[in-house]
Formats: sequence, C-alpha cells, structure tokens
Amino acid sequence: MGTVISTRINSLLFALGIFVAIVQPSYGIPAFARKYGLPCSACHEAWPMLNNFGQTFKDNGYQLGNGRDAPIYQEPSYWPIMFRSNPVWHRESNNRQAVDLVPGNPSSGLLEAGVSSSGFDLDGVDVITAGTLYNNISFFIQPFIGNTNITLTQAWVRFDNLLGSPWINFKMGKFELDEPLSQERLLTISNTGGIYYNYFFTPPGDKNTFGGIGFPQLGAEVLGHSGNDETRYSIAVASSNNGQTGLPTNQTYDVYVNFDQAFILPWFGRQQIGAYGYFGEAPTFFQTSGGTPIPGTGMGNRSFYRAGVYAHWYVGSQFDFDTFYMHAHDNVFLGNAVPANQPSKLPPGAVGPSWNGGYIEGHYNPNTRLIFVGRYELVRMEQEVNPSIRPGLGNLDTWTVGYRWYPIMSPRAGLAWLQEYSRISNTGAAPLSGKDDMRDSLLMGFDFDF
Amino acid sequence: MRMISRFVCVLFCTWCSLAAFAQQSHIGKLVGNAKPGKALYIRYCVFCHGPEGDGRGESAPYLDPKPRDFTKAVFRCRSTPSGTLPLDTDLYNTISRGIHASGMPSWKPLLPQERADLVAYIKTFSSAFQEEQPGTPVAIPPEPPSSAESIKRGAALFQSMNCWSCHGKDGRGHGPSAASLTDDRGYLIVAFDFTSGRQFKCGDSDQDMFRDLVTGLDGTPMPSFANAMTPDQKWDVVHYIRTLNNPKHHEVQNAANTQ
Repeated sequence: MGTVISTRINSLLFALGIFVAIVQPSYGIPAFARKYGLPCSACHEAWPMLNNFGQTFKDNGYQLGNGRDAPIYQEPSYWPIMFRSNPVWHRESNNRQAVDLVPGNPSSGLLEAGVSSSGFDLDGVDVITAGTLYNNISFFIQPFIGNTNITLTQAWVRFDNLLGSPWINFKMGKFELDEPLSQERLLTISNTGGIYYNYFFTPPGDKNTFGGIGFPQLGAEVLGHSGNDETRYSIAVASSNNGQTGLPTNQTYDVYVNFDQAFILPWFGRQQIGAYGYFGEAPTFFQTSGGTPIPGTGMGNRSFYRAGVYAHWYVGSQFDFDTFYMHAHDNVFLGNAVPANQPSKLPPGAVGPSWNGGYIEGHYNPNTRLIFVGRYELVRMEQEVNPSIRPGLGNLDTWTVGYRWYPIMSPRAGLAWLQEYSRISNTGAAPLSGKDDMRDSLLMGFDFDF
Repeated sequence: MRMISRFVCVLFCTWCSLAAFAQQSHIGKLVGNAKPGKALYIRYCVFCHGPEGDGRGESAPYLDPKPRDFTKAVFRCRSTPSGTLPLDTDLYNTISRGIHASGMPSWKPLLPQERADLVAYIKTFSSAFQEEQPGTPVAIPPEPPSSAESIKRGAALFQSMNCWSCHGKDGRGHGPSAASLTDDRGYLIVAFDFTSGRQFKCGDSDQDMFRDLVTGLDGTPMPSFANAMTPDQKWDVVHYIRTLNNPKHHEVQNAANTQ
C-alpha cells in the first residue's frame, strides 16, 4: 500500500515537474515584444492591462527611445501584427426572464422564470497591427473579426513628440479615448463582467446617440505627458457620431478632456489621480425625405456630458486598486427621445436625466504570471427622465471576481487561462414583476495572442 | 561523514542565499534591496539578461549588441577606473538612461526606489561585489572653453593616439581595425560613428565623453586613456569629436586646420 502511494506521489511530482519545466518561460506580448525582445511583463502589470512603463511606451508613440524605434532598424520581414482570441466555456443565467407559459404558444401568457444556458463559445478574433511608420510617427489598426461581421475598432495615425517635446502629440482617426482605465484592456471578459458599465450607461427611455466614453471615437487628439508619465493630459475633439464612420448623425463635435497626475506616497509607491470629462451634443431629429431620415442631417442638437474623477492606488508592488466616479447628464429632449422642434411632445414633468456611478477594482499580482481581479461597480439614477419612470429604474450593481494565469508568454505568443464569475443586479428591471433582475456569468477558458 | 558534508552544503547554500538577499545598493539617500529587486528583475530584465544574470535570456540570441553578462561584473559605463567595479550610482544611471542603439531602454518610468532595488539585485550575480570595493571615481576637471586651437590639438591627438584605427580618420567608425573588433565575449562590435549624431552609450555630455576617455569602456576594445593624455589633452579630444557631427563646428575645425 505504502509503495503504491509513494509511486503515485512520485508520478505526480514527476508530472508536476514536467509541467513546471514546460511553462517556466513566461512573459511577452507579441507585436512589440517581437520588435524589442522585451518581456510582455515589462509593459503589462498583467496582459492586457498596462503598467507605468507600458503606458509611457504607449504615450511615447510606441517608442522606447533606444535608437531602435523606426521600422528601418527592424528586420525587413518584421510585421507588427497580433491576433488575439479567446475560446471559452461559459454559463449565463437570468433569474427573471419573461417566458411563455406554454413554450411555443405566445398566447398562453407570460411569466417570469429563471433561464440559463451554457456551453463552449468563441467571441471572435482581434487583429491588432501597430507600431511606428517612422521616428515619431506611430499608427494603430484594430479590425475585429466577429462571428458574423468584421468591424474596425480603431485606426489612427499619430505624430509624436512634436517640436521635440513629449507634451505635444497629435493623433487622428478612430481611437479609444484616454480613459481612466482602458475598456480595451479589461482583464475580465465574461458577458456580465466584461465591460465597465459606467462607460456605456444610458438611462431608461434615453435615446442619446452617444453610446458612452467606452466606445472608440472618430476625431483628433492632442496628448502630452512628462518624461516618465507623471503628468498627463489629453484633449480630443470627436465627430458626434459615436465612432461610426460615414457621418451618420450630424456635423457637430464633442470634446473629451483628461488630466492625471502621479505622485509618490512613502511606503506605498506611485499613486495616480485624475479627472476627465466628455462634453457633447447629439441630434434629436433628422431632416427627412418622404418621412425617412436623411443620414448625416441630424438637427436639434442638445447637450450631454459625462465627467468625474479617478485614482490608481498602489499598495506596494503586488496590490493595487482603481477607484472611479462619474456624474452624467443628458438634455431633457435626449432623455425623453423627443425632437427638439416639438417640445409639446415632452411628457409632463419631463427632465434631463442625471445619474452617478463608479467602481472599485482591485488587483493582486503575486508574480508576473498570476493576477487576481475583483470589481464592484454601481450606477445610481439621480433624476429619471419623467415621472412615468419608476424612481431607481436603471440602477445597477455588479460584482466580478476572477483570476488570470499566464503559463506561456514569450515574445512571439501569450496564453492565459482565466476563470471568472460575475453578477449584475438591475433594480426593478424584471419585465413583469418589476422586481430586481439578476444575471450571472461563469466563465473559464483561454485568452491567447500571437 | 556524508551527513556532515550534506549539512555543510545546506549551510553554505543558505548562507549564499541570505548573502544574496542581503545585498544592498546606495544611491544618494536611496537604499536598494535585492529581494524586491529580484521580483523587478524577473518582470523587466530576465528575458534579455537571463535568470542567472549571464546575459543568456530567451531574447538574447536575437539582440545585437548582446545583453550584459552580470556574472562577470564587467560594465562599460562607469565613473571608476578601468578594471574596477562600478559605483552603485553608475549602474543606477545606466538603468535610468538606457543604452542607446541597443535593446536596453531607459527604465526611468520605474520609481527611483525600484531602480535602486534592481541595482542591489544585479550585484548578487557576481561575488566580486562582496569581495571587492568599487574603484574611486575618476576626477573630471572643469572643462576649458572649446576653441579652434583646442580642436586642432584634439584632431592631432585623434591621429597620434590611434583613435582613427577603429573610428576612422574621419570619425565614421570604419578605421582599418573596425571590421575585426570584438567584445570580451567574442561578439563582433562596431566602432562608434562620431558623425552619426547618435547618442553616446554612456551619456551625451562633454563630461560623459571625458569620463569615457579616462575609464575606457570595459568589455569592449575601447581602452582607458587615463595615463596616455593629460586632462587638457582629453578635453581637446572631446572638443574635436564634438565637431564631427556638428556643422557649426566644421567652420571652427576648418579654421583650425588652415591656421
């Protein structure tokens, strides 16, 4: 008996040894790691989330400044491209879905029931090609190949270090706003935990065409930073099209500003605080032809804004957390989906909706190959669009926990195993009872790039 | 007997580990420690310099020039005489500045404390840092003003000191010896092209160039000229080299040559 146990333990240790030996070389992100030979952990606290070195590299136009930045110094065969995909298994459940009393018979009446589904899944493929066209000219192109379509998530060119100063960099194209915490670099990917809700929130009844600061926008940006990114600012002007090409809505412009400042707190390390604001206008109606809206002729623009403050707090080298606050407001016509030339259609007591939101997200990073993530996010309606909307409708709370383990990350490829659980509770959103609606996501799988 | 030898072995290993983690660096008021430095090294440096610090990281085969081998305790950029250990500040400055035209970027985005910790950990790779003291920093006298005469003298020294044999008569880095230059590990190495306008590896100021002439760049064919020239002569060479990539200075140089 003792021999059998001993043999099994030895076999287990042997297998563990082989496994550890196989997965030992870690670190790396393909597109830039290939170019510079650096580990991906140099730029990422945990891929895809940037650390300060990576943020500085990004702000400097994807240049390290070591005399090897321009493409002419690269191997002719080097092509700065990366593919990313995530095959996963996940389970989604909703505790108050409206379902037919008799399945398949819509006249049988509705009731609320819990519904869940699970299985293997694939979101799509992110293709990222980015780098430098020449010294101090950088670019980024990111098509997303979905299961049924291909979209251009980002495409821009940037002129870096104008006048020889890191304080002036000019970018034009479709780009992610300089968000407090990047939506594109979120560590969690499940259905309910894969977004920052505050970045995309629209109140019940609101028809503002602006989808939120989480969407890449079409426009131009001036960004500046100090040498090691302690002080940063960005000012972006975007067409009021919510990032859609073809000028589908109107000809006005929105403005996004962001400013952040880092400082050293003794014993704790680098801390960063910042403030941001998105101020824009959106059309409330279109010119029509035979009653059909003519694209690009949005009229009756009304204003909206999203603004707030945030901070990245570091407690030593392994633990950090982010705090974020947003206050937002939409004009009464946007909030009630009423054309601005027909004010009489506003419901009695109609007002512009306003709301507050925020999140706190913690990261525990015991080593370069493992990170634990926890997030709580909430949105609270301050003012509903009109009295017919029940107070508090739209409020939401989400909780997300998970971890990512990076067994293989070399300059040519990266692979992460991830598991996460997320829950969102929407106040009063159950379709029939008006009770709180809850959705859960359980996800596990791989996130890999090469 | 075997038990005793095992015990001694374990004791020795433990002592080595403790000694390694006890390694510190001192940069001004900063005190760096090897233990946090190790975590930083694994995050930022290991892929080039290797887990053993021997410059054999996974990216090393694809890098030119090759990453530094810390186990040899030989460093190019020092303020100390040739053949001696660098000061902690020298290593700190190299980490902060990076080495131009190499895979080594500037790590200034890291906190000063983090860079100091990295210095402490890098020192654990060679026992030399426990057995020897760093050299005494070389003195850099005040720089005399550059003049046509100084540049002319520098040009003559550039020839008489055989700088041209590697760097070329016109400073373009293609002297007769350039093609066969290797570093201390046998890898081919390129003589610096002074006309390129590229940054110097160990700092770009005149003082940095003066210091390089005094200390040499250990591990490369660039020798120390500490005793071969007087301080004034070294400044003359610095002034001359400055003219090689600066059009403004060409006029001065030409004027010097025609006198």
